[in-house]
Formats: sequence, structure tokens, C-alpha cells
Amino acid sequence: MSAFLEIRGLSARLAGTGQRLLRSVDISLPVGAVRGLVGESGAGKSMIGKAVLGVLPKAVEIMEGEILLDGQDLQKVKPAERRRLVGAKVALIPQDPLTALNPSRRIGPQITDRLVDILGWTKASAAKRALEVLAEVSIPEPERIMRLYPHELSGGMRQRILIASAFAAEPRLIVADEPTTALDVTVQKQILKLISALQSRHGTALLFVTHDLGVVSKVCDTLSVLYAGKVMEDTTVERFFAAPRHPYSKALLAATPRHTDPAASLLPVPQAVIDGAMAEVAAADAAWSAHGG
Amino acid sequence: MADNIFQVSDLRVDVPDMTRKPLFGAAPRLEILKGISFEIPRGAVLGIVGGSGSGKTTLGRTLVRLAEPSAGRILFDGKDIAHLSDAGMRPLRSRIQMIFQDPLSSLNPRLTVGRTIAAPLNAGAGDPRVGEALEHVGLPAHFARRYPHELSGGQRQRVGIARAIAMRPDFILADEIVSGLDVSSQAQVLMLLEKLVAELGLTLAFISHDLSVIRRLCSRVVVLRSGEIVEDAATADLFERPQHPYTRELLDAIPIPDPSVRW
Amino acid sequence: MLDGRGSIRRRSGARLWLSGLWLALFVLAAVLAPLISPQDPLAQDLMLGRLPPAWMAGAEPGYWLGTDSLGRDVLSRIVYGAQVALVVALVAGTVTCAIGSALGLVAGFYRGWADRLIGRLVDIWMAFPPVLFAILLIAVLGTGLCSVILAIVIIDWTRFCRVVRAETLNQSKMDYVHSAKVAGFTRLRTLLAEILPNVLPTIVALLTLEMGIAVIVEAILSFVNLSISTDQPTWGGMIAEGRTSIYQAWWVLVFPLIALFLTVLSFAQFGEGLRERFDPVLR
Repeated sequence: MSAFLEIRGLSARLAGTGQRLLRSVDISLPVGAVRGLVGESGAGKSMIGKAVLGVLPKAVEIMEGEILLDGQDLQKVKPAERRRLVGAKVALIPQDPLTALNPSRRIGPQITDRLVDILGWTKASAAKRALEVLAEVSIPEPERIMRLYPHELSGGMRQRILIASAFAAEPRLIVADEPTTALDVTVQKQILKLISALQSRHGTALLFVTHDLGVVSKVCDTLSVLYAGKVMEDTTVERFFAAPRHPYSKALLAATPRHTDPAASLLPVPQAVIDGAMAEVAAADAAWSAHGG
Repeated sequence: MADNIFQVSDLRVDVPDMTRKPLFGAAPRLEILKGISFEIPRGAVLGIVGGSGSGKTTLGRTLVRLAEPSAGRILFDGKDIAHLSDAGMRPLRSRIQMIFQDPLSSLNPRLTVGRTIAAPLNAGAGDPRVGEALEHVGLPAHFARRYPHELSGGQRQRVGIARAIAMRPDFILADEIVSGLDVSSQAQVLMLLEKLVAELGLTLAFISHDLSVIRRLCSRVVVLRSGEIVEDAATADLFERPQHPYTRELLDAIPIPDPSVRW
Repeated sequence: MLDGRGSIRRRSGARLWLSGLWLALFVLAAVLAPLISPQDPLAQDLMLGRLPPAWMAGAEPGYWLGTDSLGRDVLSRIVYGAQVALVVALVAGTVTCAIGSALGLVAGFYRGWADRLIGRLVDIWMAFPPVLFAILLIAVLGTGLCSVILAIVIIDWTRFCRVVRAETLNQSKMDYVHSAKVAGFTRLRTLLAEILPNVLPTIVALLTLEMGIAVIVEAILSFVNLSISTDQPTWGGMIAEGRTSIYQAWWVLVFPLIALFLTVLSFAQFGEGLRERFDPVLR
């Protein structure tokens, strides 16, 4: 299986202070596979998704590394070409359904615009496709919904629409950036099952950014654990939950709520583990500088 | 048998439904809480669980009298505070405190941490109780000089806790205080609450939409749905033998971090 | 971290210094006018009429920016004109700010009938066209510095009221205000100790803006000769006089205009710069 998305040695830093945000990240995502990017806030997991999509904040500069999408290095193509490539093959399921939809436009155009303006579809085929995907995400009465405004729908419905919108152009890769963080736990389950179902049906590769290990265990095949922009562990989901190898991974797992075993969960990450992880990061930085980085 | 610090009977809260207001005349009422009754024994940690729209936030705010109920009784230590005026509530305020969900908006951005904690005590930032409170929540004393935006989410939340315990209240309401935090901050805050409940003899009501954090912390759980209590049980009973289908739905929806446990 | 705070600080530094510098000059000119003014602003000498500024041919030493058609020194008149501008800016600005902000805070925080009453008042008041209203007021009150100040206050308090009310409404929804209630504070204390500090940056920016506006309104009134009743030079008055000799002696109109422009601009920029510099949230 060839890797659809291959990130090699990606390093990034903050422009003003030079603070390193990503440290030589390696990620391999085969066609149709689901990888979780896990870590606490500020670990850099969102940053990786943004780097692939080409929407990093201005203040963040990429120092080195390759982002290979279907064999092409996104860093080396011209911006216009990059937008075309990414627009055609990659889609995003964002975190906050409230702010991701334009409150002053109806639902319908928000789905079809991308298809028509950027991908060159005809209005008719875009409208037809929009209805199809809305039905696929189990939205009742899609024609009526297309004419509504976002504030007239619940959070769960809005997220379904964003998912439909993401799958509409049959992307080969979807970046899901904490798509269920803002939702109730029952709605979260429905949405995650929906994403999994669509993903396997369409054979889309999925990069799933989350801080919730419980979600990872249900949705992902493989995962990368990030700390301070560095990949601490990269393994399959089975192996991870059976026996995580890195002390930081173990601590994260122990901190995750697990009501079936209350005494052994919700344990704060020990300071020793944090110190160890920071030492590892410092050592990696030193080695990198020594090599003329 | 422990006496009850709070006894709520047939609590009702309704608000005008402004989306259906006619041109002339009053808007029809929307029922948020439809007759809630429950007790909070002294020293207990009560979990209040529900999805969005269940009324749990309104219940919390009504309990601490940030809002006035439309009907019903709220007995705090035997006294009915349901319709007490602002002046009547004031002497009780030091005994009933609250920690809010969004630490960024619940801390005055233009006051230092020290002044925020000291203000309800009618003291200055140098008051020893400020340092004590910070120590209780595991923050260094010099944090008193910092502003909220200079702290991380977990640290801000701990400042909110420090402010609540500085008055040595009898009761604290924690409204979704770990919802926006990542896993390790969440674990720290919960462990801190456990410790404080034991050390300071507090009674706690913990509002959450996430049952999985409730199990360790709470001794009793009340499940809310659409303004009604659908289940009210001791924690172990609720998790092992959930009675109401909605409770079972909530439990099923929790993603257990174990790939072999299928959804 | 990623929001460009560093560049805001650099820009606000320059902005603060430049505008502060001009305002300092402005205040000094007004306060020390008798000492630093090169000539007597009222001294007429038809022999020295329409002299050009010092760097042009035909200028007389001592009349740095030239003279007007009556031989009065332009620079000295600008310096003395600053006095009127300063008094109006300070007094009208602060009184308008105080009244408007107080009403805005009350309306936004206490809501209820106070809000409805004040809201109606503002709506009706703002329906009057401001400049016409000012002229009408002056016609009733008579000309003079007090009338000008009173006119500005009476017209412009609504500007503060609306903005401060909106900001107060926003802040009142925040949890730290609820927290104050839970802590047992009286409503008045909450308004003054919690909400006011958070609304203050807006008020300060608006205050400096208002000072600039007050200067302009006074200039408009003195342009149509409805301002002060004495001979004291005013920038608006100078501009009005300069109109007639604009082709022969452009300096009579241009320099007071520049002074006016720089002063109003500096007020606004200074307010913005102060806000950016001293707001702990933005730091």
C-alpha cells in the first residue's frame, strides 16, 4: 500500500521568537487508512493538519521537511498549483460547527460553492451532489435544509453538514480537526460512527486530530503521540492500548477517564514523565542544531 | 443520617420564548426546569449530568441564586432561598460559591490573580488568605501578580477554584469546569477537587455532560433531560445498574479507551 | 503568541510618541502663549499686510509664517488660537465623556426602565442634525466660550452613551460579573469595580476622539462667527478670514488648517496608542 500522505522531517517554528513548534515530524498515511494525531493543547497536532492544508498562520514558518501528497511535494509547487492540488484532493472537517459555517448564507451555497467555483463543477451537478451527500449523512429533507441558515440548526446537524461538505468532492484525504470536541457525548458517538462509515465507504484516508484517546480507540487504525511538536510514539492502535511503550504515552493513557476502572484512570501526568519528555525534546534540538539545523 | 445542605422541591424555571413573541402582549413561556426535586447531603459530591438543553446550567445557576426560579422551594440549610431578595441573599453568599466553565471569561481580564481572589474577601491582594488559597490549589504565590491571559487554561481554572475556596464556603457549585481542558489538566483539576473536598469539608455539586469524569469524584448522580430528573442514584448503582434508558444511552456513548470494546 | 502582539507594540510606540509630541506642543503653545508668541496677535499694521512666510521672497524677519491682510502675525495668532482650542477640548471633552459614559453604564448594566428611558432619550436626541442643533443652541444661548462648550456637551453626550452602553452590555454577560454576584457584591460595586475597568479603554479612546471633535466643532462655529465673542484669534476664524485672500496669501488659510488637522489627528491617535499601550490584555 503506497502512502497517500507522507510527511518527512517536518520542522516549523514561530517567526518572531524562533520557538520550535514542530520537530522533525514523520507521518505516513496509506490510502484509505485512519491515523490519529494525539496530544495535549499546544503539542502541534493541529499544526500538522494545517501544514498539509496550507493554512498555517503567517507567524509560523516551515524550516525544513517534505509534505508529499500522492507523491508530490507540496512545498515545492507554486502556491496556485498547490491550492489546486489540495483543493481537489484534501478536505477539512473543522472543530467548531458554529463558526465554520457562514451565519449569513444559506446551507446550500455553502456546500456547492466549493464544487462550482474551485473545482469547476456545473451548478446542476453540484446541487445534485449536495443533496446526495446530505442524504448520506442522514439529514432528513435535504432540499428543505439546503435553504435554511446555520443558526436554524442544532450543533449536531451543523457538524453533519460540514462532514457532508467535506466528502462532497470525493477527496482522497480528510483532515478532521477535533470534530466532536464541541458536541454532547451522545451526538459525538453518532458523528464519529458517521465519519467512520463514510470513510470506509469512500476509501478516504483520514488524519484525525484529537486529544481524546477514547475516540482514537474507536476510529483510528494507527496513531502518533505528540509532545511539544515531536512525535513520541508512532504505532498501531492495538499495540498502543495493549502496551504503550513511551512513558509519556503511558501517562496520557492513565490520565484518560475510564469509568470502568476509576481508580486507575484520571491520574495526572507525573512531573517526572514531563521532565523526561522535555529532556528528550531538548536532546533532539541539540542534535539537530549540531547537524547545522 | 447526614442532614441535607440543599433540599430542592418542585423547582420550576421558565423564560419568555422571544422567538415566538407576538407584536403586542407577552411572549409565551418556555419551560427550562419542569419540577425538579432532589437533595444534597452535607459533605456529598453530587454529579448533575445532562446533554445540552437539559437545563443543567440553569439548575446550577438557580441553585446559587444567580437566577430566580418561577416556582418551587430551595432550602439551603433549612432556609428557603428561592425568592430571597439580593439583600437577603448577601449574608449567605460567602457560604455558597461557584466555579465557572470558561476560566477566561470568569476572571476579570483587567485584574491580577491576587486581586481577583481577594476581592470577595474585601481584602487587598496581599492578604494572607490569597496566598493560602493559591497554595491549596497548587499554584506558586507569585502567580498573584499575573494576569489571566498570562496563564494556561488549567492554571486559570485553578485560580477560579482558589477564588471559590478562599471564602471557606459550605457549598461549591462547579459548572462544567473541566469541559474545555485537555486530559492531563482535567485529571489535575479533578484530583485537586477530591483533595479539597476532603481537606476543607466541602459539599460539591459538579455539573458535567461527561459521565466518565463523574465516577471518581461523585458520591451521588442526578441525570437531567429536557428539564426533568430521569435518574437519581448513588454513583456505583448508576454505573452498574442504570435504570433509565437515557442513562444507558449516555453510558453507551462514552468512548472507552480500549479498541476491543466495540461501540 | 501567534497574533502579532509584538508588531502592535512597535506601532503603538511610534504612534504614541508622535501624537504625544504634537499634543505637548499644542498644550505648551496654549499655556505659554504670551511668552512664546513672537508678536502681538492683535497688532494690526497695514504696512505689513500679506507678508509671506519666512522662507519665501519678500518676507520680514520675525513673522515666521507670514501675516494676514491686516498685518497680524499668523504664527502668533495660531499660538493664541490654541488656547481656545485647548479649553474647548478639555472642558467639553471631559464633561461630555462623564455625562455620556455615566448614563451609558447605568443603561447597560441596570437595564429595565432606566435603559428604556435613556434609550428613548438618545434616539430622539440623535435625530437632530448636530451642526444645525449647535447653531440653534448658540442662537438661544448667545455666543461665547461657555455657550460653545455647552452646545458640544448637549449634542455629543449621546455618542458616549450609545457606545458605552453597548460595551457595558457585552461585559455584563461575562462570567466574571456573575462571579461578583455570587461573591455577594452589591450591584453598584460590581458596576464600578468590575465592569468600569473593562469599559474604560473604550471610554478613553472615545474621550480623545471627542476632544478632537470638540476642536473641530469650535472651528466650525468660529468659521461662521458663532463662537467666542472677544477678539481672541481662533483657528476657525482664521480659516474664514483666509478664504478671501487665498490666492494672494494662501498661508493665512493653510497654516491654521494644518494646525487644526494635526491637533485633531493627534488626539485620536494618542487615545488609540494609550489604549494599546496600557491595556494589560493587549500587552
